[in-house]
Amino acid sequence: MIVLDIASVVLLAAGALFVVSGGVGLLRFPDFYTRVHAAGITDSAGAGLILLGLLLRTPSWETGVRLLVIMLFLALTGPTASYVLAFAARRDGVPIWREGDPRR
Amino acid sequence: MAPLFALFWVLLSGHFTTLLLVLGALSVALVCLLARRAGLTASAGASIPHALRLPRYLLWIGKEVLVSAVAVVRRVWSPRPDLRPAVAATPAAGMSELAQVTYANSITYTPGTLSLDVDEDQVHVHSLVPADLEALRAGAMLRRVHRLDQGRRAGR
Amino acid sequence: MIVAVMAALLVTMVLALARAFVGPGRYNRILAINMFGTKTVLFVAVAGFLFGRPEFLDIGILYALVNFVAVVAVLRLTHYDDDLADDLADDLADDLADEPATDGEDRA
Repeated sequence: MIVLDIASVVLLAAGALFVVSGGVGLLRFPDFYTRVHAAGITDSAGAGLILLGLLLRTPSWETGVRLLVIMLFLALTGPTASYVLAFAARRDGVPIWREGDPRR
Repeated sequence: MAPLFALFWVLLSGHFTTLLLVLGALSVALVCLLARRAGLTASAGASIPHALRLPRYLLWIGKEVLVSAVAVVRRVWSPRPDLRPAVAATPAAGMSELAQVTYANSITYTPGTLSLDVDEDQVHVHSLVPADLEALRAGAMLRRVHRLDQGRRAGR
Repeated sequence: MIVAVMAALLVTMVLALARAFVGPGRYNRILAINMFGTKTVLFVAVAGFLFGRPEFLDIGILYALVNFVAVVAVLRLTHYDDDLADDLADDLADDLADEPATDGEDRA
């Protein structure tokens, strides 16, 4: 199935690009809240695309089920963890970076 | 809840020997007991029709995630990132608890917007640029979550 | 291709570790460690495909759950700490008005 292989490669490449971009954003963005956005790309777009790309080359249905379960868990826990972190940070008084502020 | 856990065990184990089935039954019982002790008895409004409406919403949110992820990735790689963070409350009134959780998690799942706090009738949102916040306020996602919650008739 | 994805994941994990070392503050570190964990899940899944060992995916599922529980647990602990400290401070303030409540934690 050459079509599936090509689609899988495209999805994996796009996922890898999103993941690296999220990592770079985690270092480049100026404050905690903007960094949560950067980490969010790797959680949603990066993880989703990589797992979909793997799903297209599964040898058996058991592997596919496991990939879908991982996808479901990451899709549920990723945003929840981000929300819990941001909520706690805001309650703890971490200031929100505005344009022109120094990095922190 | 128990049938779901049992299905999960069987899917992941794939063996049907007596020992493993007994272990699975024990695990399901233990998890149900723990869930009850933690006060998680109700399924919070999830139902079969709800689950049937889910795939369409997932497709839509997948598209949204890709579009906004590309926008955020552009900001990551641009030499001087265009970041004008905004924080504001967006309305989210008249929702079931499940719909509220779905909405807030969808906001966070979409790159560029992040839910900070969930109130009775609104969600506080942090966004990288004000435009994302405006798009959220326009209510496309809110409408879809409502439709997911109540079906097409009540969702308007 | 699989190898390239693994390389990308490794690079991202190193970047996350760098953020965890630099900080500043506890929330940046927890965020970086959480991201390191989710990338580990992906890495384990991809490694399973590279070595032709799909059993690795079970480890990935487990790691995803443990990572989430760990992050929530860390946050709960720090907050219980703060709540406890606040309660104790209130009690102390009631009893001996001259003891100021000190909070030695470094804020993010």
